[in-house]
Amino acid sequence: MTDLLLDMTDIWIEGRSERRWKPIINGVDLKLHRGEILGLIGESGAGKSTLGLAAMGYTKGGCRISRGSIRFDGQEMVGAPHNTLRKLRGARIAYVAQSAAAAFNPAYKLIDQYCEGPIKHGVMSRAEAQSDAVDLYRKIRLPNPDEIGFRYPHQVSGGQLQRAMTAMAMSCRPDLIIFDEPTTALDVTTQIEVLAAIRDIVREYNTAAIYITHDLAVVAQMADRIKVLLRGDEVEEAPARQMLSAPQEDYTKSLWAVREFRREAPLPQAEGTGPLVEIADITAAYGPVRVLHKIDLTIPRGSTVAIVGESGSGKSTLARVIMGLLPPSKGQIKFDGTPLPKSSRQRTPDLQRHVQMIHQMADTALNPKHRIRETLGRPLEFFLGLKGKAKEARIRELLTLIELDPDEFIDRLPSELSGGQKQRICIARALAAEPEFIICDEVTSALDQLVAEGILRLLDRLQREMNLTYMFITHDLATVRSIADTVVVMQNGAIVEQGTKDEIFSPPHKPYTELLLSSVPEMDPDWLTNLLQERSDILSPKDEP
Amino acid sequence: MHNLLNNLRDAPVSAWVGIAIVLAYAILAIGAPLFAPFAERASVGVQYHPWTAPHYLGTDALGRDVLSRLIYGARNTVGIALATTALAFFLGATFGLLAATLGGWFDAIAARVVDVLMAIPPLIFALLILTITGTSVLSLILVIAVLDSTRVFRLSRAVAQGILTMDYIEVARMRGEGLFWLIRKEVLPNAAAPMIAEFGLRFCFVFLFISALSFLGLGIQPPTADWGGMVRESAKLIGFANFATWQTATFGLAPLLPAGAIALLTIGVNLVVDWVLHMSSGLKE
Repeated sequence: MTDLLLDMTDIWIEGRSERRWKPIINGVDLKLHRGEILGLIGESGAGKSTLGLAAMGYTKGGCRISRGSIRFDGQEMVGAPHNTLRKLRGARIAYVAQSAAAAFNPAYKLIDQYCEGPIKHGVMSRAEAQSDAVDLYRKIRLPNPDEIGFRYPHQVSGGQLQRAMTAMAMSCRPDLIIFDEPTTALDVTTQIEVLAAIRDIVREYNTAAIYITHDLAVVAQMADRIKVLLRGDEVEEAPARQMLSAPQEDYTKSLWAVREFRREAPLPQAEGTGPLVEIADITAAYGPVRVLHKIDLTIPRGSTVAIVGESGSGKSTLARVIMGLLPPSKGQIKFDGTPLPKSSRQRTPDLQRHVQMIHQMADTALNPKHRIRETLGRPLEFFLGLKGKAKEARIRELLTLIELDPDEFIDRLPSELSGGQKQRICIARALAAEPEFIICDEVTSALDQLVAEGILRLLDRLQREMNLTYMFITHDLATVRSIADTVVVMQNGAIVEQGTKDEIFSPPHKPYTELLLSSVPEMDPDWLTNLLQERSDILSPKDEP
Repeated sequence: MHNLLNNLRDAPVSAWVGIAIVLAYAILAIGAPLFAPFAERASVGVQYHPWTAPHYLGTDALGRDVLSRLIYGARNTVGIALATTALAFFLGATFGLLAATLGGWFDAIAARVVDVLMAIPPLIFALLILTITGTSVLSLILVIAVLDSTRVFRLSRAVAQGILTMDYIEVARMRGEGLFWLIRKEVLPNAAAPMIAEFGLRFCFVFLFISALSFLGLGIQPPTADWGGMVRESAKLIGFANFATWQTATFGLAPLLPAGAIALLTIGVNLVVDWVLHMSSGLKE
């Protein structure tokens, strides 16, 4: 551990935008010893990916390293000729991208992509590389290690791809691997497997790693040391355990505190009002594929129902059925006692108005060519018939409501907003219709924890002020803990369990709920080790080949 | 507007060259009577005058001033090409966006009709129709516009289909917005960048197509000056030219002048289009 592998001193990186060079990283130092894992955390825009890439002597298009020195194993990388860097990259420094699905070339088999690096760098012959690949696939616990390499990327699941990507990064046995949010796009249950696989293989080959993430609980499992970044500056750095138990800086403390938000009990509702939404016996299908099966669900007025489950469990489909985008083949939805027509085309604007939806990706949910004024103005005009000054005044009111300054934001385009601000605009657009029921489809899962917490607090405040009812679709159980009154667990298009939050979160659990709950990473650095131990005790007879 | 100016300031040298060429052609075409020293159609000198004053680019077989005819040719050829491209875009984009947004049987029928039109080589098809209808400027514009609108249809349909999968379209549909709003407010602004780039390219193709038709004798008819026709009229001179002295060589260089005018404009438009494409692709390098 005394052997210094990577030594980055006083790194300054700038990016070009609007005809000027703007600072991204301001004089950060980073040291990494052989076999050590460094966790790099911070919100988006903190520069953690940029710093990670700089460890390979690489910058993204439109960026440059303006000052500083990066020494990898004694070799200076800043200003080194392209060929020198090329020999290092892939062979001695490898990179694992956030989305393995996007990083693999869809036209080649996994094993061919695995072999490419070792052959190009002259480490192994093709036959050696192939048998080595199978070997690593086995070590990283991919199912069917002998055959899986001969599949194309689209024939393998997301979690398996991410593991294959890690194996590929290991192919030349590099000294350093940079992991850029490798599990962010995965479900909690899949995340566990990938985390365990990465940790084992890195330890086994004594590879140093930089692990970039915004999820503190994940970094707690992986890292020996943690470095916190904020807008291109280092906030603090300490060994993982010390950092988790006793953070020094206020910013770090605020990151740690995010998970503690709890909403208060819902407002009592007036006597004699029935439930707001009643879903009875809904079955729906995409063509011949049945995705929802006999869903029964009642949502009381003024409450928040959380729908949880892994991807593919039918959560978002349920939202589409309620919105009338996917007419169900069977069953009925009642809103405030009146049955809703199955398709949105048959619903009157007034019925449409009462049910609004907020999408997961605010990026694609806002028209990039519409300014905020137009995005918020249209539903006001369409549903409420507001025009001219009244409309302008209401847009400003809405912006104030979502805690954005009207004068500053009203004329901006979506591309001029941060992720959290975009999601706030989406919330404002839903509120513009003056709805009673809002479906939130994973609204915080694309956001950093601090920003996500702000959104959750905002949604909670709005619910109290306007007596809104939420259906909250999520796979993040920390979010459920913060905001839900009742919880519905879905698996394979059916409801597995439902009840109040306390009922669901306290044992005994149904097996699937148990699996979901136990898969949520905790801040305890021993959590993953203990969990794997527990699971292998339970599952070992079934898991052995 | 501010954004456009910013983009212009960031434009690379190649884009500036392109813009300068296109602007120069536009000014020449619009102000042709002001710039041309002689009339478009009148015989003003001897046959095949060498490149000296007062005919700086010589005269043709009928004694007409070549420089003047080149300038008027810009107006005729470019003007007709522009009108044709605009019409092709109007037709193609309207049907393409409608087909993508409506889907179903409208999409199926429109796409099959376009397939049939695209299956026939356009030059042969245009020759056939123009032989039947006769070669008036109007029929020229209509025939080429319809043929070219098939390509625009394909592009706008593909671009719109990509946009229609976005969540903001779903939001608009959930709101109950009508078809016209969807196309005009949600789809069209986002499809604009690739469509503008395609407009530039398509303009070049139409322009070359008209020149080719004129060369074959079915395009713009004499005595109206147009570049394709001028190439045809003077093409055979290359074979008779004596390149020993400058005076006699200019005689053989005559067909290169309209050909060069066509090539230069094509290059200019393409330089601008490259830049627009680059901006719309969002690349930084």
